[in-house]
Amino acid sequence: MKKHALASAVVFLLLGAAAYGALFVAPTEKTMGTIQRIFYLHVSSAWTGLTTFFICFLANLLYVWRREPRWDWLAVSAAEVGLVFTTVVLVTGPIWAHPVWGIWWTWDARLTSTFVLWLLYISYLLLRTLVEEPDRRALFSALFGIFAFIDVPLVFGSIRWWRTQHPQPVVMGGSGSGLEPTMWYVLLFSWGAMLSLMALLVRARFEFEAVRGETDLVRREAEGV
Amino acid sequence: MTLPAVSPVGIRFENIDKRYGGLYGLRQVSLEIAAGECVVLAGRNGSGKTTLLRIAARLVRPSSGSITFLDKKNGATTAASQTGFVAHATMVYDELTAEENLLLFAQLLGITEPAARAETLLAEVGLTDRRKSLVRTFSRGMRQRMAIARALLNEPSVLLLDEPATGLDPQGVSWLAGTLRQMRDAGRTILVSLHGESEISGLATRAIRLEAGSLIADTRTGASLPSIFTFAGA
Amino acid sequence: MFSNTAALLGKELRTEFRSRELVTTTVVFILVVVVLFSFTFDASSAESRRFAASLLWLAFLFAASLMLQPCFLREQSNDTLSALRLSVRDPFAIFAAKLSANTLFLLLTELLMLPVFSVLFNVPVFPVFGQLVVVLFLGSLGVSIAGTALSAISAQARMRELLLPLLLLPLLAPVLVASTQVTVGLLDAAPFMEWKGIGFLVTFDVVFLTVLWLFGEYLLEE
Repeated sequence: MKKHALASAVVFLLLGAAAYGALFVAPTEKTMGTIQRIFYLHVSSAWTGLTTFFICFLANLLYVWRREPRWDWLAVSAAEVGLVFTTVVLVTGPIWAHPVWGIWWTWDARLTSTFVLWLLYISYLLLRTLVEEPDRRALFSALFGIFAFIDVPLVFGSIRWWRTQHPQPVVMGGSGSGLEPTMWYVLLFSWGAMLSLMALLVRARFEFEAVRGETDLVRREAEGV
Repeated sequence: MTLPAVSPVGIRFENIDKRYGGLYGLRQVSLEIAAGECVVLAGRNGSGKTTLLRIAARLVRPSSGSITFLDKKNGATTAASQTGFVAHATMVYDELTAEENLLLFAQLLGITEPAARAETLLAEVGLTDRRKSLVRTFSRGMRQRMAIARALLNEPSVLLLDEPATGLDPQGVSWLAGTLRQMRDAGRTILVSLHGESEISGLATRAIRLEAGSLIADTRTGASLPSIFTFAGA
Repeated sequence: MFSNTAALLGKELRTEFRSRELVTTTVVFILVVVVLFSFTFDASSAESRRFAASLLWLAFLFAASLMLQPCFLREQSNDTLSALRLSVRDPFAIFAAKLSANTLFLLLTELLMLPVFSVLFNVPVFPVFGQLVVVLFLGSLGVSIAGTALSAISAQARMRELLLPLLLLPLLAPVLVASTQVTVGLLDAAPFMEWKGIGFLVTFDVVFLTVLWLFGEYLLEE
């Protein structure tokens, strides 16, 4: 318990520091003004989301290989937390775009790909609700998760190519292009803070799933006898 | 039926567990079936008979434990080509003819002269005159014969049958019992699950009973045959 | 493995040839979708040439997600899937045969639709017919590979009629993007072949075929 409280406190501090950095330390961007600061939240969420889905992918592979329930627990935890971060990306995109471009949504390559990514993992979670038997559910969702993650680079690549055919306003400019060193530091720090938040959330969700998995096991055994 | 001679093969189940989520389909089942034995497997619905047979057929992987096929000297042998499996379902395609079905499976198995083997088996199960009919048009008894024909394609040493008499009329049961008797006499090892005593259970050299996934009685260890079947129909 | 695949492919084709139910219903479905789509915008203007390609591929994708449902479902009624698993040497042959059959069926429905589509939207199809077949084939192959794999999953889940499209369509986003781009290029007033799009399709097909080859047998487990 104490360890959790300590970990949560550390994460909270990191996030606070990152927010401070984004709001006050980073220089104001020339053309877009203050609203651009949402960039630190947007991009670090995007990178964190992808990292989390990668963790989900590894958990999927491990489950198919070892068939231990804990990999399934990790996979669903990572998928849900990844989805949260991806939602943040999809929400902050329009919030940034509207004051700058006057439109809520542009079919910008990264945002569109992120949307497809979001849909893929929503499907992953929906699949899980539609298969009742726990071992079968774990195996099928792991296999779909593998297909989905392998698809991700193809989605990003093809949509980016598509957008070069019909260019649209690019949300957030190029990530990393034209960034001052201070901005880079703030961005990387934000990402670090986000990753620590992700670890905390995944860990909490994992423990919840572990307890739920165990009680489910006991209940099913009791009913079976 | 003229059956080729087979080298007898036994089965050893060691500490087989099969879990579905938290439910135990099979619990620590250990059993050794000697080559050439004809064993009847009894038990209620849900006792694990189907699971045990499907594990023997290599359709289901046990959660733990192992299954080995043994040759006469009790050495392990490769299992895949040794078993023939007859399930509840017919396991043949309704939309193909009897001939097409057997030819397809013979080709898949890599049998050297698939057409000839298919024809032989059709004759052995008495379906030669219906070879060009779609299986969809077959009666239950004829479908069972198709199922057996398919299971015998690779000349298995071990026959696994999951409640094969279900839905058969007395004539069908007689035919099945006669066929199994011939197999037993030709040296094939047979493991057949049944609901209750019948002409088929009379062929058995041994009977065992499963209850809630565990092996609870075995005529080899002294249980009486009728007791194996008590409550079997429940 | 190839002989197993050939034997099974023969069975799939023979079954379809006897009933013709998959191809006919899919063709009619695509036709209905295309006609309904065309009600929603002015199909006669020059811009419709650009939309026509999108329409076509969307219709193909929706049709495919329905056509692929019975793929593994029909192996359940008599438990013929178990019979196949016991008979084939390599379980991948089951997938190879089914995805080949599905690709052929999809391609056939698409080729049947092309003349109709050409007439309805006033787009010239015949000058670029050969290239169109290439993109139709590669796109259909991608759809079949992913769709056959996922139909093995959806056959064992609830709400399978909705689940298969739900799982399949987001996964196929790259195929949709690439195929449409190539088709737009081919239907243009000055037709050209978008090789980058073809490259994407080939990559998708190779990658997913490999993943299916690596993991397919787990999809068939009991």
